Amino acid sequence: MNLIVLLHTQTDGSLPKAAFEAVTAAKQLNTPFAVGILGANAKAACDQLADAGATAYYAAEGDALAQPRYATDVAAAVALVKAAGADVVVAPQTLRFARALPGAAYRIGAAVDTHVGSLTAEGDALRVQRWFYRQRILGSFTRSARPWVLLVDAGIFEPFTAGAGAANATVVDAGITAEDERTTVTGVQAPSADGQTIRPDAKLLFVAGAGWTKKQGDGNMHLDEAAATITGFLAKSGASLGSSKSLVDMPEAAKVFSFMSHMNQVGQTGSTPRHPKGLATCCHGEEPHVVGWRFINERRAVNTDPNCGWAQGKADVVYVADAFEVMAKVNALMGQ
Amino acid sequence: MAYQIVVCGSLVPDPLQTLEPVSTPNGPGLKNETMLPSVLDPWAACALYEAAHLAESVAGSKVYLVSLGPKAKLQQLMMSVAQKVPFELVAVDGSASGFTDAALVAEALAGAIQSIPGLDKNNLLVFGGCASASRDAGVTLQLVCERLGIRDFFMGVDEFKVNADGSFSVLERMEGGCYQTSTCKGAPAVIGWATGSLPEPPNNPRVGMANMRLVMPALMKAKPAPQIGVGGIAYAAAEVPAQKRDTRVVKDMSTDDIAKEIVEWLGK
Ligand SMILES: Cc1cc2nc3c(=O)[nH]c(=O)nc-3n(C[C@H](O)[C@H](O)[C@H](O)COP(=O)(O)OP(=O)(O)OC[C@H]3O[C@@H](n4cnc5c(N)ncnc54)[C@H](O)[C@@H]3O)c2cc1C
Repeated sequence: MNLIVLLHTQTDGSLPKAAFEAVTAAKQLNTPFAVGILGANAKAACDQLADAGATAYYAAEGDALAQPRYATDVAAAVALVKAAGADVVVAPQTLRFARALPGAAYRIGAAVDTHVGSLTAEGDALRVQRWFYRQRILGSFTRSARPWVLLVDAGIFEPFTAGAGAANATVVDAGITAEDERTTVTGVQAPSADGQTIRPDAKLLFVAGAGWTKKQGDGNMHLDEAAATITGFLAKSGASLGSSKSLVDMPEAAKVFSFMSHMNQVGQTGSTPRHPKGLATCCHGEEPHVVGWRFINERRAVNTDPNCGWAQGKADVVYVADAFEVMAKVNALMGQ
Repeated sequence: MAYQIVVCGSLVPDPLQTLEPVSTPNGPGLKNETMLPSVLDPWAACALYEAAHLAESVAGSKVYLVSLGPKAKLQQLMMSVAQKVPFELVAVDGSASGFTDAALVAEALAGAIQSIPGLDKNNLLVFGGCASASRDAGVTLQLVCERLGIRDFFMGVDEFKVNADGSFSVLERMEGGCYQTSTCKGAPAVIGWATGSLPEPPNNPRVGMANMRLVMPALMKAKPAPQIGVGGIAYAAAEVPAQKRDTRVVKDMSTDDIAKEIVEWLGK
């Protein structure tokens, strides 16, 4: 096996956490490996991994690679893999690489698998585990074809703790042409200050479901109170906010709940975040939602319905109670 | 400039169904796979609605839906999908299983796209979902992109806007709830859609009638693709890990006590 760990820098030149995790994924295969990095200041980033034990370091950098863009990232990835003569590529499943590496795999005639959840070496063979049907079925397989590009999901391997040094990386020309630069990245649109509610590193996933917008016992909706309770809890707990499809699809909610969007949606057509704990409120716990909880270990729910989905073996604890009252009280206790 | 918008989208099991893996002579499959109710792959459905919306706003544009799946199931699916928005179906008759190799699927899709009469790459936009609900790999569209010799691909797109000069701007999802904004000189391009911004259109019988006139001949003409399978993947297992929890349903606790218990749990 001729292995390369393929990484990218972020636009500020630093390596994302997922890059260090991919280094661990490669190291645990107990086989020599090279490191290839593309993006802004890639050569300097190689120095951050100088003591990772790689046999060689390759970097592709320059203005055209400073921004994540399909065509230029594909060209650089191809150049790095070729420079290293690699037949197995381990890379982090970041959005930048999820976009570009399948195309790079095609150009080098490689097989490609994404969302790899476990990677083990059995002699020269590699065994991969990944989920199929949106976290419903776990598959385990190998491939004999080489080259093989593997994108490892974030949050599975411990990040490698790097000691810096001089990696003396070889700078590789990505061979970028004008055709590769038909697209210009114009910037990043961050959510408004109150919309920064997706926090991948939070300990808790807090899910707000459509019940927050429903008529309550007094026959009225309480949207403003719901918004204040939810944002109050997020501020106190530092939790990441998830939501159900029903809530983010609701036009009324979009106005009052400006702190959430489709990107907060968890489930079948949303995300599958990784957090140690999850608390669902006013959310029924239907299967298309709960498939997004596959990687949430400890799960609790607050719901007025004792027969909600969560009570059917999908949560550890279900509190049959009014989430408005419970979360107001939780906020009060956390404020002390 | 009028676009030819080709949407790649196939069927997946209805997400409310329980799925049970079984092994078949051709690799893993689903129990009662042929009987399971299916829906149009949700993110591909978003792509289809966005394509129809774009075609409506750019005069002369046309939408094709390229669908790879077992012919009989595609026919069933079209009964509902054809009611939604105008499109011309290009069907490929083969497995829609999530266990197939994306490379084989991409080859069949790219071939089907290239066989569309009058296809002009300069006006071509290929749409699809950013990942399927079956394989969930997010790989097929890039492979189609490469096979068609297209250089511009966008992933997890929620907005696509045509500018006055024929260029277009997109919003692509990034980590942490941000969007990357880009502008591309114009078609051809491949777009992997996330949710977009359009609701599911209501059923429109008139659209349904118009579509169905072309759906039946398209299904009759569907090219068989027996090569679609696990390809080079050697599966060792496909299983549903035990996941049922022993739920404690707490019915008679005061709000104060529940709140206290939750705060304690959060602090652990
Ligand atoms: C193709 C497809 C894809 C889908 N993808 C997704 C997906 O990605 N994510 C997703 O979430 N869903 C998805 N769904 C929808 C899913 O099936 C459910 O409809 C949705 O999750 C329901 O959302 P909800 O539980 O918030 O709302 P509801 O079903 O309306 O439930 C509201 C809940 O709030 C409770 N409630 C009300 N008031 C209170 C109160 N005061 N205190 C406590 N509890 C209260 C009610 O008892 C109820 O359980 C998908 C469906 C399909 C068909």
